[in-house]
This record gives sequence, C-alpha cells and structure tokens, in this order.
Amino acid sequence: MVIERRWKTWVFFYLPLTLFVIGTLFPFYWMFITAIRPDAELYRSWRAVNNAPFWTLQPTLAHVNDLLAKTTFPRWLWNTFFIAVVSTGISLFCGLLGGYALARLRFPMAGMLGTSIFVTYLVPPTLLFIPLADIIRSFQLGNTPWALILTYPTFLIPFCTWLLMGYFKTIPRELEECARIDGATRFGAMVRIIFPIAVPGILSAGIFAFTLSWNEFIYALVFLSSPERKTVPVGVVSELIRGDIYFWGQLMAGALLGSVPVALVYSFFVEYYVTGLTGSVKG
Amino acid sequence: MKTPLAGGAGSATGVQVALPRSRASGRSGLARALEHEQLLAAGLLAPTIILLGLFIAYPFVMGVWLSLSDTSVGNPGRFVGLQNFVKAWQDSIFRTAFGNTVFYTFWATLFKLALGMWLALLLNRHFRGKRLVRASMLLPFIIPTVLSTFAWRWMFDPTFSVLNWTLYKTGFIVTKLPFLSDGTWAMWCAIVINTWRGMPFFAITLLAGLQTINPDLHEAASLDGANAWRRFWHVTWPLLKPVTLVVVVFSVIQTFSDFQLIYVLTGGGPANSTHLVATYAYQIGVATGLLGEGAAISLFMLPVLLIVVWAQLRYLRRLEGA
Repeated sequence: MVIERRWKTWVFFYLPLTLFVIGTLFPFYWMFITAIRPDAELYRSWRAVNNAPFWTLQPTLAHVNDLLAKTTFPRWLWNTFFIAVVSTGISLFCGLLGGYALARLRFPMAGMLGTSIFVTYLVPPTLLFIPLADIIRSFQLGNTPWALILTYPTFLIPFCTWLLMGYFKTIPRELEECARIDGATRFGAMVRIIFPIAVPGILSAGIFAFTLSWNEFIYALVFLSSPERKTVPVGVVSELIRGDIYFWGQLMAGALLGSVPVALVYSFFVEYYVTGLTGSVKG
Repeated sequence: MKTPLAGGAGSATGVQVALPRSRASGRSGLARALEHEQLLAAGLLAPTIILLGLFIAYPFVMGVWLSLSDTSVGNPGRFVGLQNFVKAWQDSIFRTAFGNTVFYTFWATLFKLALGMWLALLLNRHFRGKRLVRASMLLPFIIPTVLSTFAWRWMFDPTFSVLNWTLYKTGFIVTKLPFLSDGTWAMWCAIVINTWRGMPFFAITLLAGLQTINPDLHEAASLDGANAWRRFWHVTWPLLKPVTLVVVVFSVIQTFSDFQLIYVLTGGGPANSTHLVATYAYQIGVATGLLGEGAAISLFMLPVLLIVVWAQLRYLRRLEGA
C-alpha cells in the first residue's frame, strides 16, 4: 500500500468524500424538512430575521395527513407498485427465455437478433412516445394500466435479456449436459438446472427493472389521463399543483413517500442492484 | 431490423400450431419441437420479439410515417413530404432547443464523468462505513427523477430559496440569484441536477472497473517513483478506458433524450429558452396535438443517437475480435 501523510489523507480523502456525501444527500434532507415544516414557517421571506431554515422547531405531520386523506396519493402508490411488479414480471419471463436462447442455442440469425435486442435497449422512450400514444389509442388501451404494463417491457426486456444472457454464459455447459445424459429434456434442463442457478442474476435484473419502472415518467404522463389511474411521479406533477399554486409541504411529502418504497427495495438488495447496474453496461 | 422480427414471429407460429393437436400425439409433437434446437429458440424468443416488434419496431415505422404527414389529433392526415422537418428547422424555438440539448448533454456528461471518476477513486479505498457511504451515494439514481427534481426546484425557488439564503447569510451575495428566472441560469441549474443524479451511475460502474485492476501495478509504479497523478494517468486510466467508454455512451443517450428533468424544473421556460428536443416535441406533439410535427421534432434526435450506437457497436465488435 502506498503510504501517505496524515494531513494529506484528510485533505485529499476525507474532505472531498464528506463534500460528496453532503451534496448527494442534502436534497433528500431538504425534502424531509420541508415535508414536516408548518406552512407559517415555509413561506417566510428569505431575509426574515431569526429564520432557521435548516431545521424546524415545530415539526408537523399536517402535510402528510392532507396528502393521504385529501388526495388520491395512496391510489397512485398502489398503481405504481402494481404496474412496476407486473411489467417487471413480464420482462423477467421474456428475458429469461430469450437470454437462454441467445446464450446457449445455435440457430440462424442468432448474432443479428442479439444485436437488434441490444439496439432496442438504446432506443430512448422520448423518441417513440408520440407514435406510441397513437398505437395505444388504436388498441383501446389508453388510460388503462395495461398501456404501461405492455410498454414498460420495451425498455426492460432488452436490459433483462442482456444481463441474463451474460449470466447464463458463465454457467458451465457440463451441468446441462449431465442432466441431459440422465434423461432430462432440453427444456427440462433449462428450467430445473439452469434457472435455479441463475437466481442471483434474476434477482439483480428484477430489482433494477423494478426501480426503472418506478422511475418511468413520459409514457405514464402521455398514456394516462384520469387522476385515480396515475402513477406517483405523474400524479405528483399534475395533481398536487392546483393552478399555479405550489403547496410545497404537500409536494415534498409526496416526493418523500413516493420514494420510500423504491428506496426500501433498494436498501434490502443493494448488492444485487449494484450487480444489475454494473452488468447493465457490460457488453 | 425488420427481417429477424418477421422471421422469428413466423417460426414462432410454427410452435403454436403444434400445441393444439390431440392430447397423445400433441404431447410428443410439443416434446419433439422442444428438443429441436431451432424451434425451441424460436419459441423462447417469441414473446420478446412480439413485444418489441409491437411496441418498438411498429411505433418507429409509424413515427416515420407521422413525421411525413400533417396528422393532428382527430385528423388522419395526408402525406406532406419533408415539410415538417423543414418547418422545424426554420423554427427559432426548435433551434434553441436543439442547441440546448447539445450543450446540456456535453456539459452534464463531462461533469458526470469527472466527478464520477473522482468519487470512484475515493470509494476504492478502505475506510470505515464504506458500504453505507456507497449505498447512500446511489440514492439520487434510485429515487424517481421527477420527485428529486421537485426538491431541487424548491431549493431554487425564486422567493424561498435555501441556497440564496445561505449565500446571503454567509456574505457571498447581496441580492438574489436568478436561478430559474433567467434562461442561462436555468440551463446551468438543469446541468447541475442532471450531474447530481447521474454521477452515482458513473461512480459505481467505474468503481467496479477499478476493483478489477491489480493493486500490484500501482505498487510497481510507485516503486518506480510515479506520483498519484501519474499512477492514475498511466496505470488506472488506460485500464479503465473500455468501461468508461460504454458508460459515457449510455449517459450520452440518456442525457440527449432527457425529458423529465426539464419538464418539471422549468417546463421549457422562461420564454421557451430551456427547451430540450424531447420537451419541445412533447409541447408540439402532445400539448398542442400536432402529431406529425411532434414526431418530426423527436426524430431529429435519431441521427445523433445512431452515431453513438454505431460507435458503441463498432467498439464492441473490436473487443470481441481482440
């Protein structure tokens, strides 16, 4: 290990790291403080004397209560959760089967299919949302959760397929061959031998896909119109701002509560998430 | 891209035809199909191909058609050639939006790379609470962009900005900074937020790359008298280049096609000065209902994305060849 002087460690290591931590976390702290601050304190001029903006002396749950009781926020949470879980499930199913085929089976145009799936991975939703809105309308899916459940897989499947394909390639072929010698069918060997080994990969892909669908915004904004059908990001943007008035306490309470589920899922599976994240960019 | 889709879907129906036969012969037929390598591959890939074909390939073709027509909501539209593209190019707001998009992508990617690399190097050391710090560093990337952008917007609020308050109390400014009320300021604010959100992605992927570098190399370099900067430049950076390139490509695509950040932060304002291509396409295509023109505007992103994707694929081929 390279030996360093003490002051150097502080200046070049602890100081920058502390700044990174503060910079990263301050917006979340600010979200939290705003959510529990009474209105009288929120809207005080920035030059007012005796203003202590970094904390509050009268924390209140009024904003949270209003949000849960007077708006359709709980409904949005449920919608987001339901859509994220179902579209993640569909994508994992497709990604497992497709990834296995691309990693293990020989068939014509395998390379080309792999490349096309990789290219669709790089197609951003903002390129397609206008024609897609038209298609959703003509399929009579507008303003239903299915509009999102069927379109989210378009950016989740390529990712899942890519990640799981990489995972399958690391599993030795011999395992499968042994099972086949013992009389298992090709399909049986895939389902009973390979898929169970791939569980960590499946978990990584699933966690990452879940956070991606929780985060999705433009499709949800364009395809859904009635307030009770919306997802959290769209609901917060379009329903919590009445006219031109921003109720910041309630907005921040919404932002905070809307982030909690996805942050919880993340905190339980950090390592899997990181594997998914780093795997998502590996060729 | 069309040919494999059609071919795959065709052979997929072959499998489905085999399904509904009479019970006894049907089972063996299905079993035979599952043993056949190519039929099994077609069957396994069918769901993926159907979904991607229906919701990526078809909308893409449809988008090209829309962009060549004067379709609007409730009006089927007729073919107008390249009129929408010409109109967009002559539109000064569109030109501003395109310029903004390039500016935003360039600076945000540069900052994300520089800060992400720095953070990755810091996190590559051993210290107490490393796992916790690393986990919390990823938070901006996990939390929905729309929600965290609201927090930033509140921090940049014209009347109640906490940043203005802090700078004023510490004596750095005497009057409020026009965070979101001035076009140039607002663009830089958007770049700051995008950097804040995207930096962890860079840091964590680069950290994964750093951890594969053998520490003996650093040891050897420092024995040869290389200082920290030279060790980074001559040892770490060349080994990290492949993963860096891939991360940059991903980031460029996402930043170039960004929508939600600007939509929430400024909505394209003040006076249409902060529009990106995607937000302007939304304004014309969805808010105004001119589907043809909106589709044309969003297709302006395509050439840039194609170049980036092409570079990426070429690079991947070269890696496989090596």
